[in-house]
Amino acid sequence: MIPGVDGFMYPNEVELQWSVLIVLYPFITGLVAGAFILASLERVFQVQAVRPTYRLALLTALAFLLVAPLPLQLHLGHPERSLEMYLTPHRSSAMAMFGFVYLWYLTVVLLVEIWLEYRADIVRMAQSTRGFARIIYKALTLGSENVSPAARAIDDKVGYIVTVIGIPSAFMLHGYVGFIFGSIKANPWWSTPLMPVVFLFSAMVSGIAAVMLLYMAAMKVKGRLIDMPCVDTIATYLFYTFVIDFTLEMLDLIHRTYEADESFRSLDFMVHTRLWTSQVVLQIVLGTLLPLALLAANQLWRFAAERRRAMYTAAGCLTLIGIFAMRWNVVIGGQLFSKSFLGYTSYKMELVTREGLVPAIALMLLPFAIFFVLIKLLPPWQESEAHKA
Amino acid sequence: MEITRRDMFQMGGKLLVLASVGATLEQITGAEEPPEAYRMADHWWGMIIDIDKCIGCGNCVRACANENGVPKGYYRTWVERYEVPEGYANPKVSSPDGAIDGFPPSKETSLKSFYVPKLCNHCADSPCVQVCPVGATFVSPDGVVLVDKDYCLGCRYCVQACPYGCRYLHPDTETVDKCTLCYHRITKGLTTACCENCPTGARQLADFKNPKDPVHEFLRNNKVTVLKPQMATQAKVYYKDLDGSVR
Repeated sequence: MIPGVDGFMYPNEVELQWSVLIVLYPFITGLVAGAFILASLERVFQVQAVRPTYRLALLTALAFLLVAPLPLQLHLGHPERSLEMYLTPHRSSAMAMFGFVYLWYLTVVLLVEIWLEYRADIVRMAQSTRGFARIIYKALTLGSENVSPAARAIDDKVGYIVTVIGIPSAFMLHGYVGFIFGSIKANPWWSTPLMPVVFLFSAMVSGIAAVMLLYMAAMKVKGRLIDMPCVDTIATYLFYTFVIDFTLEMLDLIHRTYEADESFRSLDFMVHTRLWTSQVVLQIVLGTLLPLALLAANQLWRFAAERRRAMYTAAGCLTLIGIFAMRWNVVIGGQLFSKSFLGYTSYKMELVTREGLVPAIALMLLPFAIFFVLIKLLPPWQESEAHKA
Repeated sequence: MEITRRDMFQMGGKLLVLASVGATLEQITGAEEPPEAYRMADHWWGMIIDIDKCIGCGNCVRACANENGVPKGYYRTWVERYEVPEGYANPKVSSPDGAIDGFPPSKETSLKSFYVPKLCNHCADSPCVQVCPVGATFVSPDGVVLVDKDYCLGCRYCVQACPYGCRYLHPDTETVDKCTLCYHRITKGLTTACCENCPTGARQLADFKNPKDPVHEFLRNNKVTVLKPQMATQAKVYYKDLDGSVR
């Protein structure tokens, strides 16, 4: 009898191969993709109400995108060889595409869009600051200091085109992560063509919720008024995206239950036992139904601003818990049952080892540290105020 | 003593005659011919397993571990004991430490019981090869799925992709490890360590490209299948009389 194992596992299956770090990877890239989609609402779809969060959403996406490869890197047995994925990618491997999708998204989409959006501010700051800050801003202008209305018009046009390219790129960034799991035919918990679509919508849900929370928190910290029409609009988009996401997940569940193929009994037992807390309690009840109810209530009734803020904050936090639980259930849940469908193993998270809880927490805090530096360097507020004025 | 040119010729002549006689004698007594160079294109390796012959002794698991330095707790091959009630519902399956020490006597006497040796199926359409991001795992031209441990990143995507649970991360090298079908042996004309040490001949190395290999007669005369045929991996480990309960 092996501790933590019930029934029969193939002997090499007892040990889980993908740890909490691999849970972080889709969670973080999801936040990136979601935040970018929210930013594009204003830029491409002309949803002016969310304008105050536009820059914040871009910086959130960048902060998380910079951290996205780190959990993967830390997880590799030989991180020093990871460059081989760029140099000698295996064309049939979905994972080999990661580096290219990531680089495309980082350099072609996000950095260009942020630079174009901030260029006039950067030029202004390069002129108004002194010392080290001046050197930094001067370098960030990349030698382009023309901020005439004509030049700004070009910035705006190119920025629009980049955002238009960025939307499918954001879809690709996270849909691709779903494909990594969905294309593994050996694992019935993962193997579904719905996986990339579910990942995509859950990414949008988490990214929208994260930016909404960050915006409210930032306004609170700065002692400024929260733009309620903006938050109301974000909450509405969160609600509708969440409804689609939940519908897709339920479609998957109903399809599995109705079809009841050879893996069903095994997976069903797993959900009712080892995944009960993380799947049913955290993901579905607390992380989906409750925030959906809070958001739906705001669609039906008009509450006072203060109460709305409290409800949105609760809904946002619960949503992020729910989406994290979803990533956990996909990654960890997919390794808890035997591919013989005859047994179950368990995941014991270590604390301070390379793939333990402490590095995972550090990796989750790192984007916030980067975000803090980014908003110091490229304040997202002035533009919002200018816009209001 | 002074050695003249005549002495040199005479001595050389005698040595030549001796060497010729020695060489002729060696040929007459049937000394081993130099081995032909191994040509990968002439082989297509796999294995045949006769379920009814396996007695669950674990010799194959021990031989494999010794031959290949398999770390404790990980398995390039293992043996499962199936105890199946009527029909296929809820078979009781066990493989204590991969059966490296065989099996304890069963407490079940009324159930259908048999042993199933498992190893990498060396699939021709291998999902593990498909997903490797750098091509560190590959199918050799002679049909063996191998891992280049100097190239493997240790991402373990292949471990997830293998439907049969045949791969693991080697704790020392931190690269993926698996059955190589004793590639270092079969390319020298030897069989695998597991086949060599199977006391009943339940496992036999098969070269599908060799017309004289007994595998052809075996496949002609027996009902065979591969594990999880629905995975369509073109597995090359064929099982004779495999029960439908086996996964």
